[in-house]
Amino acid sequence: MRDERLMRLALFIPCYVDTLFPQAGQATVQVLRRLGHELHYPAEQTCCGQMHVNTGYQREAIPLVRNFVRAFGAYDRVVAPSASCVGEVREIYPRLARLARDPALVEAVDALVPRVHELTSFLVEELGVEDVGAYFPHRVTFHPTCHSQRVLHIGDSPQRLLGRVRGIELVPLPDAQECCGFGGTFSVKNADTSSAMLASKVARVLETGAEVCAAADNSCLMHIGGALHRQRTGVRTLHVAEILASTEARPWRQA
Amino acid sequence: MSGGTPRARPFERAAHEALQDVQLRRNLAKATSAIREKRALATGELPDWQALREAGRAIKAHTVANLDHYLMRLEQSVLARGGQVHWARDAAEANSIVQTLVTATGAREAIKVKSLTTDEIGLNDALASIGVHALETDLAELIVQLAHEPSSHILVPAIHKNRSEIRELFLRSMGLKASELSDAPSDLAAAARRFLRGKFLSATVGISGANFAVADTGAVCVVESEGNGRMCTTLPQTLITVMGIEKVVPSWRAMEVFLQLLPRSSTAERMNPYTSFWTGVRHGDGPQAFHLVLLDNGRSDVLASEDRRQTLYCIRCSACLNTCPVYARVGGHAYGSHYPGPIGAILTPQLVDTPEADTLPFASTLCGACYEVCPVKIDIPSVLLDLRHRAVERRRLHRGRLAALDTEDGAMRLAAGIFAQPHRYRWVQRWARLVQRPFVKDGYVERLPGYLGGWTRTRDLPAVAGTTFREWWLEGGDDG
Amino acid sequence: MSSREVVLRRVRQALGRDGAPDADDVVRGEAAVAAAAAYSRSGDLGPEARADLFAERAGEYRVTIRRVAAAAVTEAITAELTDRGARAVAAPADLPEAWRVPGVRWETDGRDGVLLGTETLDGCDAVVTGCALAIAETGTIVFDAGALQGRRLLTLLPDLHVCVVAQEQIVQTVPEAVAASLAAARKGAPITWVSGPSATSDIELERVEGVHGPRTLVVLLVG
Repeated sequence: MRDERLMRLALFIPCYVDTLFPQAGQATVQVLRRLGHELHYPAEQTCCGQMHVNTGYQREAIPLVRNFVRAFGAYDRVVAPSASCVGEVREIYPRLARLARDPALVEAVDALVPRVHELTSFLVEELGVEDVGAYFPHRVTFHPTCHSQRVLHIGDSPQRLLGRVRGIELVPLPDAQECCGFGGTFSVKNADTSSAMLASKVARVLETGAEVCAAADNSCLMHIGGALHRQRTGVRTLHVAEILASTEARPWRQA
Repeated sequence: MSGGTPRARPFERAAHEALQDVQLRRNLAKATSAIREKRALATGELPDWQALREAGRAIKAHTVANLDHYLMRLEQSVLARGGQVHWARDAAEANSIVQTLVTATGAREAIKVKSLTTDEIGLNDALASIGVHALETDLAELIVQLAHEPSSHILVPAIHKNRSEIRELFLRSMGLKASELSDAPSDLAAAARRFLRGKFLSATVGISGANFAVADTGAVCVVESEGNGRMCTTLPQTLITVMGIEKVVPSWRAMEVFLQLLPRSSTAERMNPYTSFWTGVRHGDGPQAFHLVLLDNGRSDVLASEDRRQTLYCIRCSACLNTCPVYARVGGHAYGSHYPGPIGAILTPQLVDTPEADTLPFASTLCGACYEVCPVKIDIPSVLLDLRHRAVERRRLHRGRLAALDTEDGAMRLAAGIFAQPHRYRWVQRWARLVQRPFVKDGYVERLPGYLGGWTRTRDLPAVAGTTFREWWLEGGDDG
Repeated sequence: MSSREVVLRRVRQALGRDGAPDADDVVRGEAAVAAAAAYSRSGDLGPEARADLFAERAGEYRVTIRRVAAAAVTEAITAELTDRGARAVAAPADLPEAWRVPGVRWETDGRDGVLLGTETLDGCDAVVTGCALAIAETGTIVFDAGALQGRRLLTLLPDLHVCVVAQEQIVQTVPEAVAASLAAARKGAPITWVSGPSATSDIELERVEGVHGPRTLVVLLVG
């Protein structure tokens, strides 16, 4: 564990987390510092380009790949509180680098990709930690996002971490594996179908009686939380990192 | 077409309509959730299900990589057993071949086993144009044919109809009295049996598709439940099978994999009621004239892309349809194609080059549930991504300079320019924080204009944070 | 250029080749795929257990299963035909005398090369046959137009099918059944796998038995 703490660990804070959900990034920092890690934040990072790739604009994403490599290439590990962005980097960046027909970029991407991790799987699988000393006495239900399950295969890392949070009351979410309907630009290009899927997910969340719906991705939470807020349900969404950051001494409050 | 060509519209528009059809929503939700549960049981029972999926994928991958070899082998094997083989470049040629063959028999009616391939080429219409009625004999195909509607599901074409709707249809089309027919599914099936029996016994021409065709022995295979497949491939003197070239499998042994994958994935049974294999013709048993029509119709184009080639592995089980949260809410008609659902979203735009077909790859959240269930491991999300890229490139090619005027295209290029340069990105964040002010109420935006308006119809959006993560970090990054 | 040549050329172009692949390479590729296969290709149940499994699984499809000692087959066939009021019964030419029970009118197909007319067959209430083999895991009976089975139409038109399955004919798994059918497949025999009476799930996905094909399937499991 000593050695792990000496590694150069960089934070990859996705664009929408940076802009709309900075508290999830702050919580990530708190948790990792509490575990004794020194953190770096390459300020030149911008966006991973997932929106572009998923909407069919692959070429436009290539400069973003270059920027990512420039920003993070020097670090031993890169950690992000977002399964979908990490999934983008791991699964798609190699394709984009090849689309660019740039051997240097291909090499740089292939070297960097295995060092990029999603937060909960980094904690559980890389650091071997499940108890991060958190305290959060609330009723919480967890939505396992499609990318985290089917692309990154992080399995039950988030649930294991949440399970060790003192005071928490975890309620299983019915039909948890069903997609919430976000899908990036699908949420606006196919807004009707997206809303129909969201309606089902919201209904399941409300069924649990939970105060908080948590996930390892703010993208899905933005969508689910957007409806929970619009419908004035009184149920809020939190990133898993925010729950993990909460302690008895310093309870997490929404920014 | 059994009941008509599905109307091709941009998916978003078709979905908008379908989502409001309450009866359809109910029928679909009930049907798809029931079959999902059954499928999970049927596949969960086999400890080597994953190994079978991998074998299915590997066999298909090897076959399509050597497709010419196996097609020639299949032809040889069928000819050796007294069958005839015809090659069709496209739908028009396939139809012409079948028209000629049927005309030679003098028949005015042909009995058909359900075949998506014949729907794809519009065979029923082509036969009608020469005065030959192609009678659908699968119960659901019969239903949609009588209703003059297109099929909405590749396996259960009448999934969008409930029992009372079907009863109404039978009363009208079979000339039955209301007192003679209840809406119990068993009664409806019995009515269909009586109606079709006479047709089976008198037909001289049968038309089928094929689920598989075995190259080394020449066996052609139809997998079914009702028995109409056996009727159509055994009773008539002449049998014509129209088959997509991707249906060939290398060997008899390969069937040990597919006969496990298909029934459990499609109808969620250990085995479907009837699977028939026939090879060429056999004296005194079954049709005395057998014609196998091998159809390309764009499949060789699919083959040409290494990434998209896997689309051809499909064994038409429909597990992806039943698992897809989008399909489960909008149904098959919204896809405007004989191939709906996730497989349709990747196959259709590769066979058909239209702006409507190019909206299909976007009819997905890329959730990956389809890939998880596909018995031959087609990575549908990956092919969808590739087709989205192709759709954008195609639109740019077709529109030329006008493409620049497209809102989305312009916005994406603008965004990319911003994200490619860190200082621009920071500037835009500060600018957004300023201009959002009139729209923000208590930290949320409730209405967005234009392209983004779809979001705020049903969701609020958090405002740009007063302090972004970057700003917080650069100010010391301490929560105090 | 014929359509055949056009299609083959398109396929080759798509695969980046000028001509057909080397046949030996293809064979090697096929063998490699088979060698990599990690699914189970055989079962480990003994004959009794296989018979029990077959009876259980076929029973789930609403097949009527009667376990019968070899000496009691005639009696069993008689019982089935009588109980169900069968009067005209079809049979393949090589059906054993012991199975041609009295009390019904036998219509034999293929005797002295004479095939029954379709109307006659349609008019039969029942048909009695043996089978090629059966699959325990899936409750399937396999016909290959071979011994004691007759041609395909025989087991298709009559509404009641009484099928004698000997315990030794039951294999456990699908791969074993496919392997056992290889010889018949190579000879170009028509092969039919039957798993229960016909059914449809086309109406609200509710399974309904008995569309076309025999609505009643009775298996006399001998052993």
